[in-house]
Amino acid sequence: MEQKKTFLTVSSSPHIRTKTDTRSIMLDVLIALVPALIASCYFFGIRSLLVVAVSAAGCVFWEWLYRKLMKKHQTIGDLSAVVTGVLLAFTLPVTIPYWVVIIGDAFAIILVKQLFGGLGKNFMNPALAARAFMLSWPVLMTTWVAPHSAVSLFGSNADAVTAATPMSILHGGVMPDASIMDMFIGNIGGTLGETSALLLLVGGIYLVMRKVISPRIPAAYILTVAVITFIFPKGDAGNLEWMLANLFGGGLMLGAIFMATDYVTSPVTATGQLIYGIGCGLITVFIRYFGSYAEGVSYAILIMNTCAWMLDKVGRPRRFGTDKKAKEAA
Amino acid sequence: MAKSFFGGVHPNDMKSLTASKSVEILTPPEQVIIPMSQHIGAPCKPLVEVGDTVKMGQKIGDNAGLCVPVHSSVSGKVVAIEARPHTGGSNVLAVIIENDFQDTPDESMVARESIDDLSAEELIEIIHQGGCVGMGGATFPTHVKINSGIGKVDTIIVNAAECEPYITADDRLIREHPEKILGGVRVLLKIFGLEKAHIVIESNKPEAIEVLKKELAGTNDVEVMVQPVMYPQGAEKQLCQTVTGREVPPGGLPAAIGCAVFNTASVAAIYDAVWLGRPLFERNVTVGGLGLKDQKNYRVRIGTPFQFLIDSVGGFSTDPYKVLTGGPMMGIAQYDLNVPVIKGTNAVTALRREDCVEEANPTCIRCGKCIEVCPMHLMPLYMYMYEQKSDIEKLKEFNVTDCMECGACTYNCPARIHLVHSFKTAKQKITNANNKAKAEAEAKAKAEEEKKAAAAAKEGN
Repeated sequence: MEQKKTFLTVSSSPHIRTKTDTRSIMLDVLIALVPALIASCYFFGIRSLLVVAVSAAGCVFWEWLYRKLMKKHQTIGDLSAVVTGVLLAFTLPVTIPYWVVIIGDAFAIILVKQLFGGLGKNFMNPALAARAFMLSWPVLMTTWVAPHSAVSLFGSNADAVTAATPMSILHGGVMPDASIMDMFIGNIGGTLGETSALLLLVGGIYLVMRKVISPRIPAAYILTVAVITFIFPKGDAGNLEWMLANLFGGGLMLGAIFMATDYVTSPVTATGQLIYGIGCGLITVFIRYFGSYAEGVSYAILIMNTCAWMLDKVGRPRRFGTDKKAKEAA
Repeated sequence: MAKSFFGGVHPNDMKSLTASKSVEILTPPEQVIIPMSQHIGAPCKPLVEVGDTVKMGQKIGDNAGLCVPVHSSVSGKVVAIEARPHTGGSNVLAVIIENDFQDTPDESMVARESIDDLSAEELIEIIHQGGCVGMGGATFPTHVKINSGIGKVDTIIVNAAECEPYITADDRLIREHPEKILGGVRVLLKIFGLEKAHIVIESNKPEAIEVLKKELAGTNDVEVMVQPVMYPQGAEKQLCQTVTGREVPPGGLPAAIGCAVFNTASVAAIYDAVWLGRPLFERNVTVGGLGLKDQKNYRVRIGTPFQFLIDSVGGFSTDPYKVLTGGPMMGIAQYDLNVPVIKGTNAVTALRREDCVEEANPTCIRCGKCIEVCPMHLMPLYMYMYEQKSDIEKLKEFNVTDCMECGACTYNCPARIHLVHSFKTAKQKITNANNKAKAEAEAKAKAEEEKKAAAAAKEGN
């Protein structure tokens, strides 16, 4: 009697997994960025979409090339490179030349991410580190066009109508002309993805509801900035007005919701995340108030990135069985 | 129903496959394989020889020390005593009995009219001789748990949480025999000299809760605590935390904080042993999982091979991927379906390829989702990192030995890292390092002694 041989797989428990995986998390982040991208296309034209697409494609290409040349398994399927590409594009002016974007992508993916071992090993946010590097083209990186101005898709944008961002005016200690409502919906100058606080918040709520991020870091970050700017307004601006302009006028929402919450470069424990968020807020306001840059979000996050591992230690959970009651009993 | 412990996950409980099916009595197979080790402790020595005739319920193995006797689950003839595959993964000495299908009971099995005259010591001895162990899977000897807890324990907890997906064996046991659960609990109350016990049960078993409450009407010695569905609700330390708010200290047992936890089936086994005089030789087993044509709850004789159970439900529905003893969170994957049901086997679960997820190159993305769900307050991602580096000092610093291997972190890991596997390895690495250090210290001490002796001899010259 011939019986069909049954082959069984033997491995350690547990044998089932939740549905959420790295790829689905990255996909959720991309979905959360869509509302702000639509706003960007509305305010700055279709070139926004093109910059984002070029940046995402660039990051995927560099990751693919590096892994190929280094004979490592391919990782582009996890979509993390796409997220980096889109986030980097969000921090750039809409007029940025495409070749600069692609160089920035290479910096983000190869130098910041892959050289440290790839996904999960980098100690700085690749998109923000690349943006810091790209400020080596200061003119290209700080040419801000006014919303709804004609931006050429492929030609030179050297003569586009430029406008000061609310942040640069706030840096001078006065309130910008743009209304708080304009800042909130994104009808202001700025990087292509940062201007619509409203739609970035929508994306943030989506991420929290999908349990991709906890609200701890964004809430601690935004609240810290809110409290300080409310208590210490500059010039003769009203406390509330000044605070709202600081919350909605720059890159705070993009940074707090999408950059500071980057898993790899932020702390993993609840306490650590709160301290990290507060730290980001403090440094942001410090740079905005006392620095030579008008905007401090990216540097604040990059600085706090380097503290993430230390904060993991600070926030380490109390060992089970060593609570007060146990100590009393002992 | 507030959450009573930190962390936890919500896997699909899959209990609807079997929860509504009453327990069927499974006719025992032609041969049963009774392993001599079905508990934590010293294995039994066979008390029978090949060719002997045995009766159902007859003691066929026992040993001195930390040991629980085993009994024949059928009547018939001993045809072999040899090492056979065991659900634990190794080969274990077993008595193989050919069933004569008479189920001739052993004379020792006599029901009791009353237990009022029995002292605590006598009751414990009856439980010991009845072969009682923890039937949730850990198989810790029940009499040892009771003995080590007397005087310290002020809270008796019955674990009816049954938080593993697929398994409904305890659920059905409660619904069909609540009197056994309560009878067993009252034996424990008598032994410990306590007034009150707690039964912790998850809210996804409304019928069982109803039955228990009905059975308990008018009494106040047992309290049913309904808890939210949350894996690992039924973990021993978390149960103690749920009921008393106290945490078992690291490396300690529940007795350290005055708790003793007994599994539902174990309590029913205590009832059987004490009141019916029936030792532990059969139990409820959920034969489940979508890898099978049908899913059922069976009353199974100890020693019944897994293959027999699988055939009883019509075989596999597809090419099976994994067959587990227990549920999918903590169950052990089997490589040989001739392994028998033992006292700790609460389920046989067959999983299909699509029920399991494997990732070729798992990479930690530091999302922290493992920390969020760890009921032991650990940092699994760091433990994993240091295990990969074999950094023993760091592994100790991050308390890897506190891990109870519940699998919540691994279940929740989006990168699909085999965290529990890593921590089992880590614990072994620590043991190895400790052994090595001990051996080195001993060798050094010995060498120094020899040196001294040699020097003394020299001086003597």
